[in-house]
Amino acid sequence: MGEEIKVIVFTLGSEEYGIEVDKVQTIERMMPITRVPKTYSFVKGVINLRGVVIPVIDLRGRFSLPEVEPTEQTRIIIVAVNDMQVGFIVDSASDVVDLNSDSIDSPPEVVGGIKAKYLRGVAKLSEERLLVMLNLSEVLNKSEIIQLEGLEE
Amino acid sequence: MDMNQYLSMFIDESNDHLQSLNENMLQLEASPDDLSIVQVIFRSAHTLKGMAATMGFEDLASLTHKMENVLDLVRNEKLKMQDYIFDTLFKSLDALESMVQDIVEGGEGKADVSSIVSSLQAIERGEVAVAAPAAAAVPDHSAAVTGIELDEFQFSVLSQSISEGHQVLYIQVKLRDDCMLKAVRAFMVFELLERSGEIVKTFPDVQDIEQGEFEQGFTLYMITQKQAGDLQDQIMNISEIEMAQVIALDQESLQQMNQRNLAAAETAAAQAPTLPAAEEKPAVHSPVNAPPAVKAPAKASSAATPSRTIRVDIERLDVLMNLFSELLIDRSRLEQLANEAKNQELTDTVEHMSRVSSDLQNIVLKLRMVPVDTVFNRFPRMVRDLAKSLDKKIDLVITGAETELDRTVIDEIGDPLVHLLRNSVDHGIESPAERLAAGKPETGTVNLRAFHSGNHVFIEIEDDGKGIIRENIVHSAVKKGVVTEEEAAAMSDSEAHQLLFAPGFSTAEVISDVSGRGVGLDVVKSKINALGGNVTIYSTPGKGTNFSVQLPLTLSIIAAMLIKMGSEKYAIPLSSIVETGIVKQSSIRTVHGSRMIPFREHHIPLISLSRVFSIPSYNEADEAETEIVVIRKGERLAALAVDDFIGQSEIVLKTLGKYLPAVQGISGATILGDGQVALILDPNAFIK
Repeated sequence: MGEEIKVIVFTLGSEEYGIEVDKVQTIERMMPITRVPKTYSFVKGVINLRGVVIPVIDLRGRFSLPEVEPTEQTRIIIVAVNDMQVGFIVDSASDVVDLNSDSIDSPPEVVGGIKAKYLRGVAKLSEERLLVMLNLSEVLNKSEIIQLEGLEE
Repeated sequence: MDMNQYLSMFIDESNDHLQSLNENMLQLEASPDDLSIVQVIFRSAHTLKGMAATMGFEDLASLTHKMENVLDLVRNEKLKMQDYIFDTLFKSLDALESMVQDIVEGGEGKADVSSIVSSLQAIERGEVAVAAPAAAAVPDHSAAVTGIELDEFQFSVLSQSISEGHQVLYIQVKLRDDCMLKAVRAFMVFELLERSGEIVKTFPDVQDIEQGEFEQGFTLYMITQKQAGDLQDQIMNISEIEMAQVIALDQESLQQMNQRNLAAAETAAAQAPTLPAAEEKPAVHSPVNAPPAVKAPAKASSAATPSRTIRVDIERLDVLMNLFSELLIDRSRLEQLANEAKNQELTDTVEHMSRVSSDLQNIVLKLRMVPVDTVFNRFPRMVRDLAKSLDKKIDLVITGAETELDRTVIDEIGDPLVHLLRNSVDHGIESPAERLAAGKPETGTVNLRAFHSGNHVFIEIEDDGKGIIRENIVHSAVKKGVVTEEEAAAMSDSEAHQLLFAPGFSTAEVISDVSGRGVGLDVVKSKINALGGNVTIYSTPGKGTNFSVQLPLTLSIIAAMLIKMGSEKYAIPLSSIVETGIVKQSSIRTVHGSRMIPFREHHIPLISLSRVFSIPSYNEADEAETEIVVIRKGERLAALAVDDFIGQSEIVLKTLGKYLPAVQGISGATILGDGQVALILDPNAFIK
């Protein structure tokens, strides 16, 4: 038997995704974001989270999914990985579920157009409900992203 | 009894005592007869011993005990402070420091100090000879010199030769410690010198030298037509010679030297131990290598009034600062709401709260300010040791040690300053002989100054040494490929001096103990730049060099100009703004594809912030006139076109977080009164 883990469930489009609860600091409603020029297009900017400036990433943009306008359901999930605090903009965050790490299968070749290396695996919650577990350190890894152009006009 | 709860207190207090011991020892070295300083030192050592014994650090207690015994003799005038006693005591202090450091790191403060203890015991018993090896690491030429004494006849011969235009040289030769045939080497030196002129007087006597009956060195006066430097080179060419010093004398220095040697000989004879007394007047023109006198900063009141302070963990202050900036944000919100509500009582209360919180802000900021003294206080000892190991005489004069800087800056600035000081001592100040030859006082002076100026603190390290020779730097820089010959030729002197800070550059020809460890001044520069500061060099060949370090008062709060670009707000650090203004579209010229505006007598580039940052809601091209901010990086200027000025404001610096470590043109962020994040521009990035 593997260990029991608690997972925060959120949605992007029609898919349900999961992040281990111990990586998540808080879940916030949408708030004003200050755009940061000269950075990756999926970095929406920075927010003021109770006195701390935190960059926020549009997770749709990061996974090359079509971007959408924020709604009432839009949430910012603040995660902390390797000393890095980052906010993820997601379509909605609904649930906390318990699952056994044994029930996570290795990722299939293609899931919803997202590169497999961002995924830790797929957990089967019930017959109809599949949960895509994210590999956070890969999502936050920037090494594959091409260098941005200089500061010239 | 559980001692752990007292441990941190013990460590703090031990460090304080060690610091004060170091400082007072330096003072004592400058005035060895002042017994009141000995009293202070004794008390400090005594307290330290008691504390260490109570805490169970036996090694620490026993070493301090031995020091105390020696100090007790000095205090009761049974023992006179001398050079080697200072050396041994300083060594003991170093050992104590490393023991305390060991305790800090969780050890038990144990160390092998048997050699120091035996030296101390020997001193206590009055056995000077046994203690001498403690000082032997420093080549002691003075022993060979003090005896040289001219009789009236010899003196008049020398003096007359000078007035007749001959060269009178004072030559000091030291053989290597492992020299096998001392008499042969000495003979070779004499033979060489006799070919070049006439030897008037030697010490020891020629017979003694010929029979090899001398320590490791000898000295002599000679009359010649040859140049001092040439002779020195020739002597050095003989093998197994460790050092040769050839000094050309004029009437005045001959006179002084003879008098001085007479005096020294008398005192030496009068004292039972034959080691030379510490030199007290560094200004005397004399090539005698006495220990360098290093002036400690005058601290008259520190002993009398114990400072009423408490120690606070810096992290708690950071938390306090963060909470406080939250409060400031809420304050501006309240002000806004009170304005809208138009309730007099509410408005009054909010105004009062604003005033209180402004005062609070000042206090919070001041809490983080620490006098630079905490960094400076370790320098006198360092310069003393450096000067000794380099055989130089150096006065370190510290001014403005009370100048306050933010704690975070203080923590970072120590290492760069150590580096600059070492540079001054090692490369700047000449050897006593060179200084005399150049007509300067034998003792070099290094000034270490700190002072406030505007929103900055300046720390200057100025020496009166040989200065920077442009050719040497340029030559070395070209050789190392830092610049091409053409580039170097086009440089002004000050630009050439800045080459010292170029990566991979070091003028040290010989790797000495002090510098040339592969860490160049470029590291110093980048460190200081990382602190938001700047370092510049001014130098006059032959007169000396001045390193000027400019630092921001604090790292966490800066004065900035807030500007608007459409719906976005940015902050520009006030320190890099030259001025603000308005230009008409019609006065913008295009030169070589880039847009320029006239500014004073020049044309400077106009940078479109809206284009560089692709700001969606604004473009200055739509307006007939545009506001500009003229920014500066060193000497170069540029103008940024902006939408509107919001005003000047003190802002709290925040980083963008680890995920966005370096965004071009942005140096950080701040939170405005309305809770919004505004980005802080990095003006340096806009000027190439």
